[in-house]
Amino acid sequence: MNRRRLLLLLPLGFLLVALFFYQRLQHDPSARDSALMAREFPVFEATTLRDANRHVDQTLLQDDVTLVNVWGEWCPACKQEMPQLLELAEHGIRMVGVNYRDTREKGMSFLNEYGDPFTVNIFDPEGSLGFDLGVYGAPETFLVDADGIIRYHHKGYISPEDVTERILPEVAKWR
Amino acid sequence: MALIRTLTVAILFTLTLSAVAGGIEIREFDNPVLAQRYDDLTASMRCPLCENQAIGDSDSPISADMRERVYQLLQEGRADSEIVDHMVARFGDYILYNPRLERRTYLLWGLPIGLGVIGCLIVMLIVRARRNASAKALSADERARLNALLERQRSS
Repeated sequence: MNRRRLLLLLPLGFLLVALFFYQRLQHDPSARDSALMAREFPVFEATTLRDANRHVDQTLLQDDVTLVNVWGEWCPACKQEMPQLLELAEHGIRMVGVNYRDTREKGMSFLNEYGDPFTVNIFDPEGSLGFDLGVYGAPETFLVDADGIIRYHHKGYISPEDVTERILPEVAKWR
Repeated sequence: MALIRTLTVAILFTLTLSAVAGGIEIREFDNPVLAQRYDDLTASMRCPLCENQAIGDSDSPISADMRERVYQLLQEGRADSEIVDHMVARFGDYILYNPRLERRTYLLWGLPIGLGVIGCLIVMLIVRARRNASAKALSADERARLNALLERQRSS
Protein backbone atom coordinates (compact mmCIF):
# COMPACT_ATOMS: atom_id res chain seq x y z
CA MET A 1 0.00 0.00 0.00
CA ASN A 2 2.72 2.39 1.05
CA ARG A 3 4.83 1.47 -1.95
CA ARG A 4 1.93 1.98 -4.34
CA ARG A 5 1.39 5.44 -2.97
CA LEU A 6 5.07 6.16 -3.47
CA LEU A 7 4.84 4.98 -7.07
CA LEU A 8 1.94 7.40 -7.61
CA LEU A 9 4.20 10.24 -6.54
CA LEU A 10 6.54 9.57 -9.47
CA PRO A 11 4.24 10.67 -12.33
CA LEU A 12 3.06 13.53 -10.13
CA GLY A 13 6.63 14.73 -9.69
CA PHE A 14 7.23 14.32 -13.40
CA LEU A 15 4.11 16.36 -14.15
CA LEU A 16 5.22 19.15 -11.84
CA VAL A 17 8.66 19.35 -13.43
CA ALA A 18 7.12 19.22 -16.92
CA LEU A 19 4.72 22.03 -16.01
CA PHE A 20 7.58 24.13 -14.69
CA PHE A 21 9.57 23.62 -17.89
CA TYR A 22 6.52 24.32 -20.03
CA GLN A 23 5.85 27.55 -18.20
CA ARG A 24 9.49 28.64 -18.64
CA LEU A 25 9.21 27.94 -22.38
CA GLN A 26 6.90 30.95 -22.68
CA HIS A 27 9.69 33.24 -21.52
CA ASP A 28 12.19 34.90 -23.80
CA PRO A 29 15.50 33.35 -22.67
CA SER A 30 17.41 36.53 -23.52
CA ALA A 31 15.08 38.75 -21.44
CA ARG A 32 16.59 39.91 -18.18
CA ASP A 33 16.59 43.02 -16.06
CA SER A 34 19.31 45.57 -16.48
CA ALA A 35 21.91 45.48 -13.72
CA LEU A 36 21.33 49.22 -13.33
CA MET A 37 17.70 48.94 -12.32
CA ALA A 38 16.93 51.18 -9.31
CA ARG A 39 20.48 52.53 -9.46
CA GLU A 40 21.71 56.00 -10.33
CA PHE A 41 22.37 56.86 -13.93
CA PRO A 42 26.14 56.45 -14.43
CA VAL A 43 28.41 59.46 -14.03
CA PHE A 44 29.60 60.66 -17.42
CA GLU A 45 31.07 63.60 -19.26
CA ALA A 46 30.51 64.08 -22.95
CA THR A 47 29.78 66.55 -25.70
CA THR A 48 26.55 66.66 -27.63
CA LEU A 49 26.00 65.33 -31.12
CA ARG A 50 25.08 68.74 -32.51
CA ASP A 51 27.67 70.83 -30.71
CA ALA A 52 31.22 69.61 -29.99
CA ASN A 53 31.68 72.55 -27.60
CA ARG A 54 28.68 71.84 -25.42
CA HIS A 55 29.59 69.65 -22.44
CA VAL A 56 26.97 67.60 -20.62
CA ASP A 57 27.04 65.25 -17.63
CA GLN A 58 24.62 63.17 -15.53
CA THR A 59 22.93 66.30 -14.08
CA LEU A 60 21.28 66.56 -17.50
CA LEU A 61 18.93 63.78 -16.35
CA GLN A 62 17.57 65.45 -13.26
CA ASP A 63 14.42 67.45 -12.50
CA ASP A 64 12.19 65.53 -14.89
CA VAL A 65 11.36 61.96 -15.89
CA THR A 66 13.45 61.26 -18.97
CA LEU A 67 13.55 58.51 -21.57
CA VAL A 68 17.14 57.84 -22.60
CA ASN A 69 17.36 56.08 -25.93
CA VAL A 70 20.64 54.53 -27.07
CA TRP A 71 20.84 54.56 -30.86
CA GLY A 72 23.23 54.62 -33.80
CA GLU A 73 23.00 55.27 -37.50
CA TRP A 74 24.30 51.72 -38.11
CA CYS A 75 21.36 50.18 -36.25
CA PRO A 76 18.37 49.18 -38.42
CA ALA A 77 15.93 48.67 -35.55
CA CYS A 78 16.67 52.25 -34.40
CA LYS A 79 15.25 53.52 -37.70
CA GLN A 80 12.14 51.43 -37.28
CA GLU A 81 11.44 52.65 -33.78
CA MET A 82 11.83 56.35 -34.63
CA PRO A 83 8.10 56.91 -35.33
CA GLN A 84 7.35 55.51 -31.87
CA LEU A 85 9.93 57.77 -30.25
CA LEU A 86 8.47 60.79 -32.08
CA GLU A 87 5.05 59.80 -30.75
CA LEU A 88 6.41 59.57 -27.21
CA ALA A 89 7.93 63.03 -27.58
CA GLU A 90 4.50 64.31 -28.68
CA HIS A 91 3.13 63.02 -25.37
CA GLY A 92 5.36 65.61 -23.75
CA ILE A 93 7.94 63.13 -22.50
CA ARG A 94 11.46 64.45 -22.26
CA MET A 95 13.68 62.41 -24.57
CA VAL A 96 17.46 62.29 -24.48
CA GLY A 97 19.40 60.31 -27.07
CA VAL A 98 22.74 58.60 -26.71
CA ASN A 99 24.43 58.50 -30.09
CA TYR A 100 26.29 55.23 -29.61
CA ARG A 101 29.44 54.22 -31.54
CA ASP A 102 28.70 56.58 -34.38
CA THR A 103 30.19 59.61 -36.13
CA ARG A 104 28.78 63.12 -35.97
CA GLU A 105 28.03 63.19 -39.72
CA LYS A 106 26.24 59.86 -39.74
CA GLY A 107 24.33 60.69 -36.56
CA MET A 108 23.19 64.05 -37.91
CA SER A 109 22.12 62.63 -41.26
CA PHE A 110 20.11 59.97 -39.39
CA LEU A 111 18.23 62.67 -37.45
CA ASN A 112 17.63 64.69 -40.61
CA GLU A 113 16.17 61.67 -42.35
CA TYR A 114 14.14 59.99 -39.59
CA GLY A 115 13.24 62.94 -37.37
CA ASP A 116 14.57 64.15 -34.04
CA PRO A 117 12.47 63.50 -30.92
CA PHE A 118 15.42 64.26 -28.63
CA THR A 119 15.92 67.44 -26.63
CA VAL A 120 19.62 66.65 -26.73
CA ASN A 121 21.84 63.82 -27.94
CA ILE A 122 24.84 62.70 -25.91
CA PHE A 123 27.71 61.93 -28.29
CA ASP A 124 29.28 58.60 -27.32
CA PRO A 125 31.56 57.54 -30.21
CA GLU A 126 33.72 55.21 -28.09
CA GLY A 127 30.70 53.63 -26.43
CA SER A 128 32.02 54.44 -22.94
CA LEU A 129 28.69 55.69 -21.58
CA GLY A 130 27.05 52.73 -23.32
CA PHE A 131 29.45 50.40 -21.50
CA ASP A 132 28.63 51.95 -18.12
CA LEU A 133 24.94 51.53 -18.95
CA GLY A 134 25.55 47.85 -19.70
CA VAL A 135 24.36 48.35 -23.28
CA TYR A 136 25.23 45.37 -25.49
CA GLY A 137 23.28 46.26 -28.60
CA ALA A 138 21.18 49.17 -29.81
CA PRO A 139 18.45 50.21 -29.46
CA GLU A 140 18.08 50.20 -25.70
CA THR A 141 15.90 52.59 -23.74
CA PHE A 142 16.13 53.61 -20.08
CA LEU A 143 13.54 55.47 -18.05
CA VAL A 144 15.24 57.80 -15.57
CA ASP A 145 13.19 59.44 -12.83
CA ALA A 146 13.53 63.05 -11.65
CA ASP A 147 16.18 62.01 -9.11
CA GLY A 148 18.34 60.46 -11.80
CA ILE A 149 17.50 56.86 -10.84
CA ILE A 150 16.98 54.25 -13.58
CA ARG A 151 13.44 52.89 -13.22
CA TYR A 152 12.75 50.91 -16.36
CA HIS A 153 14.80 49.33 -19.11
CA HIS A 154 13.58 48.35 -22.55
CA LYS A 155 15.96 46.13 -24.50
CA GLY A 156 15.62 46.33 -28.25
CA TYR A 157 12.99 47.67 -30.61
CA ILE A 158 10.02 49.60 -29.20
CA SER A 159 6.91 48.54 -31.10
CA PRO A 160 3.76 50.71 -31.34
CA GLU A 161 2.15 48.31 -28.81
CA ASP A 162 5.10 48.77 -26.44
CA VAL A 163 4.41 52.51 -26.43
CA THR A 164 0.88 52.16 -25.05
CA GLU A 165 1.34 48.94 -23.08
CA ARG A 166 4.72 49.47 -21.47
CA ILE A 167 6.42 52.82 -21.92
CA LEU A 168 3.51 55.21 -21.26
CA PRO A 169 2.35 53.37 -18.10
CA GLU A 170 5.92 53.31 -16.78
CA VAL A 171 6.34 57.03 -17.43
CA ALA A 172 3.04 57.73 -15.68
CA LYS A 173 4.14 55.61 -12.74
CA TRP A 174 7.36 57.51 -12.11
CA ARG A 175 6.19 61.00 -12.86
CA MET B 1 59.17 16.62 -49.99
CA ALA B 2 58.68 19.98 -51.63
CA LEU B 3 54.98 19.23 -51.97
CA ILE B 4 54.66 18.50 -48.25
CA ARG B 5 56.43 21.71 -47.40
CA THR B 6 54.17 23.74 -49.69
CA LEU B 7 51.12 22.08 -48.18
CA THR B 8 52.27 22.75 -44.63
CA VAL B 9 52.89 26.39 -45.42
CA ALA B 10 49.49 26.65 -47.09
CA ILE B 11 47.72 25.09 -44.10
CA LEU B 12 49.54 27.28 -41.60
CA PHE B 13 48.72 30.32 -43.68
CA THR B 14 44.99 29.46 -43.72
CA LEU B 15 45.04 28.90 -39.97
CA THR B 16 46.59 32.32 -39.39
CA LEU B 17 44.04 33.90 -41.68
CA SER B 18 41.11 32.34 -39.84
CA ALA B 19 42.58 33.44 -36.51
CA VAL B 20 42.69 37.01 -37.81
CA ALA B 21 39.21 36.77 -39.31
CA GLY B 22 37.90 35.60 -35.92
CA GLY B 23 38.38 39.15 -34.74
CA ILE B 24 39.87 38.22 -31.39
CA GLU B 25 42.93 40.29 -30.83
CA ILE B 26 46.16 38.96 -29.43
CA ARG B 27 47.33 40.87 -26.40
CA GLU B 28 50.89 41.17 -25.23
CA PHE B 29 51.65 41.00 -21.54
CA ASP B 30 55.08 41.59 -20.02
CA ASN B 31 54.03 39.53 -17.05
CA PRO B 32 52.96 35.89 -17.63
CA VAL B 33 50.88 35.94 -14.43
CA LEU B 34 48.85 38.84 -15.83
CA ALA B 35 48.42 36.97 -19.12
CA GLN B 36 47.12 33.94 -17.23
CA ARG B 37 44.70 36.11 -15.20
CA TYR B 38 43.49 37.74 -18.41
CA ASP B 39 42.81 34.34 -19.95
CA ASP B 40 41.02 33.10 -16.83
CA LEU B 41 38.90 36.24 -16.48
CA THR B 42 37.83 36.37 -20.11
CA ALA B 43 36.98 32.65 -19.96
CA SER B 44 34.88 33.07 -16.81
CA MET B 45 32.53 35.74 -18.19
CA ARG B 46 29.68 35.10 -20.57
CA CYS B 47 29.09 37.39 -23.53
CA PRO B 48 25.84 39.31 -22.81
CA LEU B 49 24.82 39.25 -26.47
CA CYS B 50 25.67 35.79 -27.73
CA GLU B 51 23.91 33.45 -25.26
CA ASN B 52 26.68 30.99 -24.59
CA GLN B 53 30.12 32.15 -25.50
CA ALA B 54 32.74 33.41 -23.12
CA ILE B 55 33.85 36.97 -23.86
CA GLY B 56 37.27 35.48 -24.57
CA ASP B 57 35.83 33.37 -27.42
CA SER B 58 33.33 35.77 -28.90
CA ASP B 59 33.91 38.22 -31.73
CA SER B 60 30.84 40.34 -30.94
CA PRO B 61 31.62 44.06 -30.46
CA ILE B 62 30.50 44.05 -26.83
CA SER B 63 32.84 41.16 -26.01
CA ALA B 64 35.71 43.08 -27.58
CA ASP B 65 34.81 46.10 -25.40
CA MET B 66 34.68 43.91 -22.32
CA ARG B 67 38.04 42.28 -23.08
CA GLU B 68 39.50 45.73 -23.59
CA ARG B 69 38.16 46.82 -20.20
CA VAL B 70 39.50 43.67 -18.48
CA TYR B 71 42.88 44.39 -20.05
CA GLN B 72 42.86 48.03 -18.89
CA LEU B 73 41.83 47.13 -15.35
CA LEU B 74 44.55 44.45 -15.17
CA GLN B 75 47.13 47.00 -16.30
CA GLU B 76 45.87 49.36 -13.59
CA GLY B 77 46.68 46.64 -11.07
CA ARG B 78 43.11 45.84 -10.00
CA ALA B 79 42.30 42.56 -8.28
CA ASP B 80 40.30 39.84 -10.06
CA SER B 81 37.37 40.35 -7.71
CA GLU B 82 37.31 44.09 -8.45
CA ILE B 83 37.31 43.42 -12.18
CA VAL B 84 34.45 40.93 -11.85
CA ASP B 85 32.49 43.41 -9.69
CA HIS B 86 33.11 46.12 -12.28
CA MET B 87 31.57 43.95 -15.00
CA VAL B 88 28.68 42.63 -12.91
CA ALA B 89 27.74 46.19 -11.91
CA ARG B 90 27.16 46.92 -15.60
CA PHE B 91 26.03 43.68 -17.18
CA GLY B 92 24.53 41.81 -14.25
CA ASP B 93 25.03 38.37 -12.70
CA TYR B 94 24.12 36.90 -16.09
CA ILE B 95 27.71 37.22 -17.27
CA LEU B 96 29.06 34.96 -14.52
CA TYR B 97 29.39 31.33 -15.56
CA ASN B 98 29.78 30.51 -11.87
CA PRO B 99 27.14 32.44 -9.92
CA ARG B 100 28.44 33.81 -6.65
CA LEU B 101 27.37 32.31 -3.36
CA GLU B 102 25.01 34.84 -1.78
CA ARG B 103 21.55 34.81 -0.27
CA ARG B 104 19.86 34.83 -3.68
CA THR B 105 21.85 31.83 -4.89
CA TYR B 106 21.77 29.63 -1.77
CA LEU B 107 18.98 27.56 -3.32
CA LEU B 108 20.85 27.24 -6.60
CA TRP B 109 24.04 26.01 -4.97
CA GLY B 110 22.37 24.16 -2.10
CA LEU B 111 19.73 22.21 -4.02
CA PRO B 112 22.05 19.66 -5.68
CA ILE B 113 23.81 18.99 -2.37
CA GLY B 114 20.49 18.84 -0.53
CA LEU B 115 18.96 16.46 -3.08
CA GLY B 116 22.08 14.28 -2.92
CA VAL B 117 21.81 14.06 0.87
CA ILE B 118 18.08 13.26 0.70
CA GLY B 119 18.75 10.59 -1.94
CA CYS B 120 21.43 8.95 0.23
CA LEU B 121 19.06 8.98 3.21
CA ILE B 122 16.29 7.32 1.20
CA VAL B 123 18.67 4.62 -0.08
CA MET B 124 19.90 4.01 3.47
CA LEU B 125 16.34 3.69 4.78
CA ILE B 126 15.36 1.26 2.02
CA VAL B 127 18.45 -0.87 2.57
CA ARG B 128 17.84 -0.98 6.30
CA ALA B 129 14.16 -1.90 5.84
CA ARG B 130 15.09 -4.74 3.47
CA ARG B 131 17.76 -6.04 5.80
CA ASN B 132 15.31 -6.06 8.72
CA ALA B 133 12.66 -7.81 6.67
CA SER B 134 14.96 -10.59 5.49
CA ALA B 135 16.58 -11.00 8.89
CA LYS B 136 13.24 -11.57 10.57
CA ALA B 137 12.96 -15.30 11.24
CA LEU B 138 9.72 -17.23 10.75
CA SER B 139 7.69 -17.92 13.83
CA ALA B 140 6.86 -21.51 14.80
CA ASP B 141 3.32 -21.17 13.37
CA GLU B 142 4.60 -19.77 10.07
CA ARG B 143 7.16 -22.55 9.79
CA ALA B 144 4.45 -25.16 10.35
CA ARG B 145 2.23 -23.60 7.65
CA LEU B 146 5.15 -23.40 5.22
CA ASN B 147 5.97 -27.05 5.78
CA ALA B 148 2.34 -28.01 5.29
CA LEU B 149 2.17 -26.09 2.01
CA LEU B 150 5.41 -27.61 0.73
CA GLU B 151 4.18 -31.05 1.73
CA ARG B 152 0.91 -30.55 -0.11
CA GLN B 153 2.66 -29.45 -3.26
CA ARG B 154 5.08 -32.36 -3.16
CA SER B 155 2.29 -34.93 -2.76
CA SER B 156 0.11 -33.50 -5.54
